[in-house]
Amino acid sequence: MSAQTFLVNQAIPQSPHSPSGTLADSSRQPPLSMIGRSLVTLDDLSTGQIQELLDKAHYIDGHRGEVADSCKGRLLATLFYEPSTRTRLSFETAMLRLGGQVIGFAGAQQSSVSKGESISDTVKTVSNYADIIAIRHPKEGAALVASRAAGVPVINAGDGGHMHPTQTLADLATITSRFGRLTGLTVGLCGDLTFGRTVHSLIETLCRFGGVNFVLISPEELKTPQYVIDCIKESPSCSYTEVKDLTQVIGDLDVLYMTRVQKERFFNEDDYLRLRDSYILDAGKLALAKRTMAVLHPLPRVNEIAVEVDADPRAAYFEQVRNGMLVRMALESSLLGVELPGYESVGAAGMKQEQEVKD
Amino acid sequence: MEVTSVTNGIIIDHVPAGTALKVLSYLRIDPTANRLALIMNTSSQRYGSKDIIKIEGDRNIDLAALGFLARQASVCIVRGGRIVEKVKPPLPEHLVNVIACKKPRCVTGSEPGIDQAFHLAHSDRQEYRCDYCDEEAEL
Repeated sequence: MSAQTFLVNQAIPQSPHSPSGTLADSSRQPPLSMIGRSLVTLDDLSTGQIQELLDKAHYIDGHRGEVADSCKGRLLATLFYEPSTRTRLSFETAMLRLGGQVIGFAGAQQSSVSKGESISDTVKTVSNYADIIAIRHPKEGAALVASRAAGVPVINAGDGGHMHPTQTLADLATITSRFGRLTGLTVGLCGDLTFGRTVHSLIETLCRFGGVNFVLISPEELKTPQYVIDCIKESPSCSYTEVKDLTQVIGDLDVLYMTRVQKERFFNEDDYLRLRDSYILDAGKLALAKRTMAVLHPLPRVNEIAVEVDADPRAAYFEQVRNGMLVRMALESSLLGVELPGYESVGAAGMKQEQEVKD
Repeated sequence: MEVTSVTNGIIIDHVPAGTALKVLSYLRIDPTANRLALIMNTSSQRYGSKDIIKIEGDRNIDLAALGFLARQASVCIVRGGRIVEKVKPPLPEHLVNVIACKKPRCVTGSEPGIDQAFHLAHSDRQEYRCDYCDEEAEL
């Protein structure tokens, strides 16, 4: 099988700065097939395809038994060149819960990369064993290299500080499950907005759906990069404000996305120690928030969310973990071209209804 | 030096003042192995000052690379001492192996056998970004 990637034609400018339509528009169209393709960045997917994955994840959650053998006989390879607990386990659990099997390695020291093998050669080799690959690598762009070399679909499970598309899908699934929509919301993002790849990806993707008011809460040193601000500015239905004080704005928010100030993104430990505790969510701050607000976090947390918040119904970050597994189940089955028993896509259902009306 | 001093060759005009040597380098034209003349910081009605590169003999110029390096430049093709064609380099959509990504964490710095590739991310700002890591291009 020959895998196509969505990024074959690099002559076309990438889409972060060119929103491709609203959910309302795109959801009426049946999504194009994802079969045999790779997912390197969410820009590879239309908003219709993203919505399709979210719908499918929701369906899987309610029909675990029906889908349990969907991927029987299929094999996922997880090539994790750097440490990860939840992402690797999530990808593997997703395949196992669909009835498939898993091979792979966790840590470059366990792979032939320790002997100097290139990403391309490793992926070409693994393509002969597995039906689909999930790769995490510390180098930015590694997943694109892998997708071009592989003969099977490749999913980017995180390439350095660059992209982590399935985390964003988990974020979107969690927002959808809490509010039933992705638009018409005030979304606050708090903490490390400079290095946080999940934040950038979430903002850019929400901008494609439109209708979001962003509140960017960070210290001066960790402000949102200009290219992400430009993305918001270029989305006519989106707006943003930048503030430094979480308590000042928490009462306005529908979603509060907290981020970890990551030690590995700093070259200087003193800077890390100085900024680490800048923005901590505790019960006192949460008391100022709406009763319906959802608190999201990509995890793992250090101390930016006090443990006491976990028991509050507004804490949605462990739901995010479950949603992460569900969207990975949806993604793996979609890229493999596996049909989920009983599932009918919204786009396909709409087409069928129209046909019935005509008949 | 006059235009007629090139009999069969090319003239790259309106090169931004002071950048002719850099342009030659990125176009992979070796000054020690080609018969050429550089006129630097000469006056220009349109731009105030400019450089001019004159090269004797047939050779291919990477117009995409020139469009990226010197957007305002124009290429004159000379045959029998006369300019027979003028070409404006386009703003390329894609650049392959013209410049290298400078981000230390980019995969292009470690993976063997892959192209250094950039795409036009913002045409108004003439902003190019690495295909792999999205770092902005730097000369």
